[in-house]
Amino acid sequence: MDFSYTETQDMIRETLSRFLADTYDFDSRQKMIAGNGGRDPGIWRALATELGMLGAAFSEEHGGLGGGHLENALIMEELGKVIAIEPYLQTVVLGGGALKAVGGAHADAFIPEIIGGNVIIAFAYAEPQGRYDLANIRTAAKKDGAGYVLNGHKAVVYAAPWATHLLVTARTGGSGREADGVSLFLIDASTPGIVRRDYPTVDGFQASEIYFENVAISADTLLGDEGAGLPLVEQIVDEATVAVCAEACGVALKLHEGTLDYARQRNQFGQPISRFQVLQHRMVDMFMEVEQAKSMTTMATLKLDLTAAERMAAVSACKAKVSRAAKFVGQNAIQTHGGIGITQELAIGHYFKRATMIENQFGSADHHYERFERLTLED
Amino acid sequence: MQLEFSPEEIAFQQEVRAFIAENYPEQLRGKQDEGEELSKEDFLSWHRVLAKKGWIAPAWPVEYGGTGWNPTQRFIWSEELARADCIQTMPFGLSMVGPVIYTFGTPEQKARFLPGILSGDDWWCQGYSEPGAGSDLASLRTKAVRDGDHYVVNGQKTWTTMAQHADWGFFLVRTDPDAKQQEGISFLLIDMKSPGVTVRPIITLGGEHEVNEVWLEDVRVPVDQRVYEENKGWTCAKFLLAHERTGIAAVARSKRGVEKIKAIARTEQDGDRPLIANPFFKRKIAELEIDLTALEFTELRSVAGIAAGKGPGPESSLLKIKGSEIQQRITELALEAVGHYGAPYFRGFGEGDNEHPIGPDYAHRAAPTYFNARKTTIYGGSNEIQRNIIAKMVLGV
Repeated sequence: MDFSYTETQDMIRETLSRFLADTYDFDSRQKMIAGNGGRDPGIWRALATELGMLGAAFSEEHGGLGGGHLENALIMEELGKVIAIEPYLQTVVLGGGALKAVGGAHADAFIPEIIGGNVIIAFAYAEPQGRYDLANIRTAAKKDGAGYVLNGHKAVVYAAPWATHLLVTARTGGSGREADGVSLFLIDASTPGIVRRDYPTVDGFQASEIYFENVAISADTLLGDEGAGLPLVEQIVDEATVAVCAEACGVALKLHEGTLDYARQRNQFGQPISRFQVLQHRMVDMFMEVEQAKSMTTMATLKLDLTAAERMAAVSACKAKVSRAAKFVGQNAIQTHGGIGITQELAIGHYFKRATMIENQFGSADHHYERFERLTLED
Repeated sequence: MQLEFSPEEIAFQQEVRAFIAENYPEQLRGKQDEGEELSKEDFLSWHRVLAKKGWIAPAWPVEYGGTGWNPTQRFIWSEELARADCIQTMPFGLSMVGPVIYTFGTPEQKARFLPGILSGDDWWCQGYSEPGAGSDLASLRTKAVRDGDHYVVNGQKTWTTMAQHADWGFFLVRTDPDAKQQEGISFLLIDMKSPGVTVRPIITLGGEHEVNEVWLEDVRVPVDQRVYEENKGWTCAKFLLAHERTGIAAVARSKRGVEKIKAIARTEQDGDRPLIANPFFKRKIAELEIDLTALEFTELRSVAGIAAGKGPGPESSLLKIKGSEIQQRITELALEAVGHYGAPYFRGFGEGDNEHPIGPDYAHRAAPTYFNARKTTIYGGSNEIQRNIIAKMVLGV
């Protein structure tokens, strides 16, 4: 057993952490969000070219650093610490994850472009009726000559306004919530017939409703086997779920740190409020939640390559725990700050908003408790 | 002991219910349903209807414009308002400074200020909290120095709700810097248009402009706008905090909130069933309803106590704690219910923004409402302070 990071991993963390400290202070972040397009594309370029960060989780033969899930987790944790709005989760974890899993010509073509910062991917999987069920898909990809024609509506696609490519789940067969018939496509975001309605999200990102209106795509946009894509979708979503848990660890760490700092300097009744035992115990409870979130994220990261059933149980255990932790730490950070915690001016409220969105991203605590029970508890 | 309302009380209930149904402004209803931010005029439209009817200040003594309703009738009234999803009238004049003025004010002050509060012609705000004085309100620093017939006021207030609309504000200021904390404070009524008053918006997490900073720089306030004695303002402040605690539990409003969640959960799909059939979600609604019933009957016991001439006592802290926690849980559950559509940020219908918001109607404000509701355990004496009050005043420890 060994929970230590390699020298390369330490280096990745330090390099990224230094870069974000210079570029991603709270005021800069708010300016990016308010600015044109809702982000600063220079950051992504720098992550790719100056830092080589986008290659950390890819193999050396594709031009990466040879890492994998652990690198994704530690990068996401650092991004969480500054509540970054970069499309790393969508592009590298989800898009890159799918490409690594299918390999071959797709991987050879796209991974170097991701590493170079030229390809940004958004993951169009959720649908208005689907909730967190990955197979509840109505978007249809109908065979048409050598290619397909896409029709349907994808909901709340994070990072879509910035994306060069869309990773899309669609039905090539079956119906309703059937596992069979689900396929995964990687398509150019500028393909005719793709209609987007863009909007900001409450946690500072940009997202879109995406409507596919008779979008003609070629056969080589299909990743994996036609109609048998659900296991692949489940795998990349599990990987992404652990990645947002890692992000949540960074977010929660800062919520706790910020709360401690504030409680030490805020005086009421003639003393710092950190001296009140009721607040001390609350901050201790927050600390324990953060530590357990880190533990669960480490556990799940290390189990991502086990069998599908083992992986799913571990990921659901992790997400259920981390969702609860995100809520507890976020709410108590605000409560301890008092009124100042619910203003736009302080960073703390923005960490709370991201923590709140993470709670339900890729499934609420309830959704994951239910999946955990299904996989591990027999009557 | 009797659970049911008497025939007279039922008749009263029907009367007020019919009045609300016939007179609630239609335009206001429309805006509420769309989740739009309400303007000063929106608030006043309902206020004026009630003022005209003579029902704007049920808790006031009849001689000052009250309705003469007993506590049970007032309870029924607030239930019916919530049941019909009416907006709340602004409390700063009606529930706060009004009662202070008719209790502690001079005959001139009563004649000058009470009519404007009732009619809605004067919009009031509350200048209590300061950047350094929140839970520890008595540590406030804004100072008022006597200069002939005036006080000259300097300082900064914060969290001043709806000050952007206010004509008048009631302020706690320090008139004796050498006195012990709670002594040496005076209660001043300040014209918000006075030179030296600056109101700056504070934008909260959901993007709302509800609260403000109020800066006071050499503001000259006539001495006859001080309520009660100099240096005895804390008496008014304490009275105000203890007054009009009915409604603090927000039971009727929360009942309405639970009904809205049920409606959302019947519409939202969770696999091949509606969300309300999900046993985990259903259990959370049940827990909420049961806790709300416990709160309701705690409040009813308190109302009955007031009707019998007791209280309101420190049990109002219990109502505040449990009431605010339930309000927060309702917003939490609503956000959970809407799933993915909690994420889009709906900024309201600003100028030139006529596009229909993203996702189902009930989802637009779910996240901002959740963020906003975090204030309920902080304002009006944080829940930590309320627990201190119960420990000291009820448990005697």
